[in-house]
Amino acid sequence: MSQLVNETLMVKETVEAAQSAVRPLLEIKYLSKSFTGVQALNDVSLQIQQGEIRALLGENGAGKSTLIKVLTGVYPRDGGEILLDGSLISASDSGHAQRLGISTVYQEVNLIPTMSVMENLTLQHQEKTFGLISWKKAEVRARELLAQVGLDIDPLRQLDTYSIAIQQLVAIARALSTQAKMLILDEPTASLDSDEIKQLFDLMARLKSEGLGIIFVTHFLDQVYSITDSITVLRNGECIGTFKTAELSRSDLVSHMVGKSLEDLAPTAHDHSIKRERTELLQLNNVGKQRYLQPLNLSIAAGEIVGVAGLLGSGRTELCELAYGSVKPDQGDVTLGKHSLTKSSLRHAIQVGMGYCPEDRKQDGIVAELSVRENMILALQASKGWWSPISMAEQQKLVEEMIQRLAIKTPDMDKPIGELSGGNQQKVILARWLITHPALLILDEPTRGIDIGAHHEIIQIIKELCEQGMGLLVASSELEELVMFAHRVVVMKDHHKVSELHGDEVSEQAILRTIAS
Amino acid sequence: MINERNLPILATLLVFIMLYGFGMYQYQGFRDTLVFSNLLTDNAFLIITAIGMTFVILSGGIDLSVGSMIAFIGVLMAYLITNTGMHPLFAIGIALVVGVAFGAIMGVIIAFFEIQAFIVTLAGMFLFRGLAYLINLDAVPIDHPFIAGLYDIYVPLPGRGGLTFIAMAMLVLLALGILIARRTRFGMSVYALGGDSHSAALLGVPVKKTIIKIYALSGFYSAMSGVIFAIYTSSAYPLAAVGVELDAIAAVVIGGTLLTGGVGYVFGTFLGGMIQGIIQTLITFDGSLNSWWTKLAVGGLLLFFILLQKGIVVWVRKRSAA
Repeated sequence: MSQLVNETLMVKETVEAAQSAVRPLLEIKYLSKSFTGVQALNDVSLQIQQGEIRALLGENGAGKSTLIKVLTGVYPRDGGEILLDGSLISASDSGHAQRLGISTVYQEVNLIPTMSVMENLTLQHQEKTFGLISWKKAEVRARELLAQVGLDIDPLRQLDTYSIAIQQLVAIARALSTQAKMLILDEPTASLDSDEIKQLFDLMARLKSEGLGIIFVTHFLDQVYSITDSITVLRNGECIGTFKTAELSRSDLVSHMVGKSLEDLAPTAHDHSIKRERTELLQLNNVGKQRYLQPLNLSIAAGEIVGVAGLLGSGRTELCELAYGSVKPDQGDVTLGKHSLTKSSLRHAIQVGMGYCPEDRKQDGIVAELSVRENMILALQASKGWWSPISMAEQQKLVEEMIQRLAIKTPDMDKPIGELSGGNQQKVILARWLITHPALLILDEPTRGIDIGAHHEIIQIIKELCEQGMGLLVASSELEELVMFAHRVVVMKDHHKVSELHGDEVSEQAILRTIAS
Repeated sequence: MINERNLPILATLLVFIMLYGFGMYQYQGFRDTLVFSNLLTDNAFLIITAIGMTFVILSGGIDLSVGSMIAFIGVLMAYLITNTGMHPLFAIGIALVVGVAFGAIMGVIIAFFEIQAFIVTLAGMFLFRGLAYLINLDAVPIDHPFIAGLYDIYVPLPGRGGLTFIAMAMLVLLALGILIARRTRFGMSVYALGGDSHSAALLGVPVKKTIIKIYALSGFYSAMSGVIFAIYTSSAYPLAAVGVELDAIAAVVIGGTLLTGGVGYVFGTFLGGMIQGIIQTLITFDGSLNSWWTKLAVGGLLLFFILLQKGIVVWVRKRSAA
């Protein structure tokens, strides 16, 4: 047995020796970066060869975007080395990185929408005659660059008259114009449809054959397996490993990403049955939106908690937004009880009993400068209309009650909410919806970024609300927590619903297996 | 080529032709080249100021200091010529250097301290007006044969009209502005900055350097305007050109430049300045209307152009969404 292990090790070493004979195009050694005490990157090392497409994968906060920003000089690094073509580099900004040979294309197209395609492609690199820009030469150059990415469009037209997909290709054409050796594609496919993705992949394959190294960041596992040669997985700022795509099974990949293996997850007993008679509350009937979420069906009954699971970018938040109505679906019907919400305003949705705590608390949820009381009263006031104010005495009574009930730790109700801890902020937002007495509450990542004690309390509150007959839709990246309270779990992948797990089927293991399948 | 980017400037051209056509149809005197050449001369200082302002607005900024700059430069020139006996050419040179330097300083403050251009140039506006009063409290004549000589340069046109030195200087500065805007890397950086400053930085546009150059350029054009204004009036007065910054902004916007930046043409600004002049001339020809009707018409046009731009933006968004 041990001999066998030794042999495999030796084989591995010779393979590595053979590889190192070829100098890697990009070599990152022990790269570290921290932000005010948080270690965003910890001793990350990786190598990329010429003509290699490398997937960079990881969940939220894994360090992907930090790695890219350190590579391209947007952030300075704390430690480590970056070698491009064998020589040490240290980019001071994005323009410098481009001159060194590392070009990046971001998810949001970073071009100038009000300028023509030609002006965008040649910006800062315009050729001149007699000290003045020659637009004739620029047009020739623009056509060359467009041909390189297989685009046949009019370079004189304004960029924003073209679709996002074409703009993305123009961005790549520009990235390639600076003699790039490394191309970083940061989630370029997020807003593309399948034909456009195929066009992009054809281009990537051609660039690969021309010897370019490509780092490809995506959330779509199908894309990882259809185009990449190798995969680097990051988790919590650490490099978990680099694998050959062909040799890594999907379930192993998902395990590496979330940090749990299927074998480790012994099913724990949780009671997933509903104790009461089923009265349907929220019904999504074939609800979808193009380039946002594939059509799906979903129903939630009173006293039921439906969990939404999936990797980052799988469509969890999109499902919540469509169900709530803050993003309007372009097909299908949404009903809550006997009210159709398909075409109604958000105010009407709130009046008939809808509530939503969004994922990004700081941006969408709280108004940091307003007091705890004002934040809590917002939704109720909005549903009543601004012309019928709630008296101060009534406000104080409601807020006092909620502070007691949810055990919110605040010296008084007039403290600005921004000064509270994350867990208490989350409770205030919960309270905001609870005082409107919603029939259905949608929670997107209700426990993100809060400490363990508050975490536990919020899960208790979710369970209590459910027992009181409220219906809940809870999206979470923490499978462990979903399994604890969800009666059913909807599993999302690549912006569509892949499965729905009922009752005893709900386990971390089952969810992971579904995501990986 | 008609696309949404040059739709505003086409609208400006149409308004210009319609107003001029109306004048020619209504009044015999309007058909003479004299009206046109007078328009060039009388609006030269406004148009020159507005050309500098175009760069500022294209980049998404604003420069409120230009009116005071005109007065300050005029007073400074008068002081140098009359009190120190300096040759006007040197005085003009010094005035231009001072204008560029003050503009660049405002640019440095805007770029490096990341303070809104509105507030920095507002401070500049008060400062330059104050400096003008510091040099001289009253209107003073600028009496020098060289200045008088410049004033007398005249290239006759067919008809009764002719190009004055002032008109020609304005046209040269206009051509220079068009070249800078469309044929230099700096010009393209200005457009990029106004289109999307975040993306511009990622595309390698030197943002801070460009901002400083923009306000220095606006300083140059407003100082130049101060010189032209001094020649035009043969005098200097600390209270001159009050509110010209707003007229210049109006000329830029009526000329089709988007107030949010990124879209517009220097030539449009020329038309915008001329349109203001034509309205004034029409009112003079009419004779029965108060000159304040100019302001009313300019206000109406301004509103029209802002709504037109908004309409185009909405239209483009709808079309690209479809």
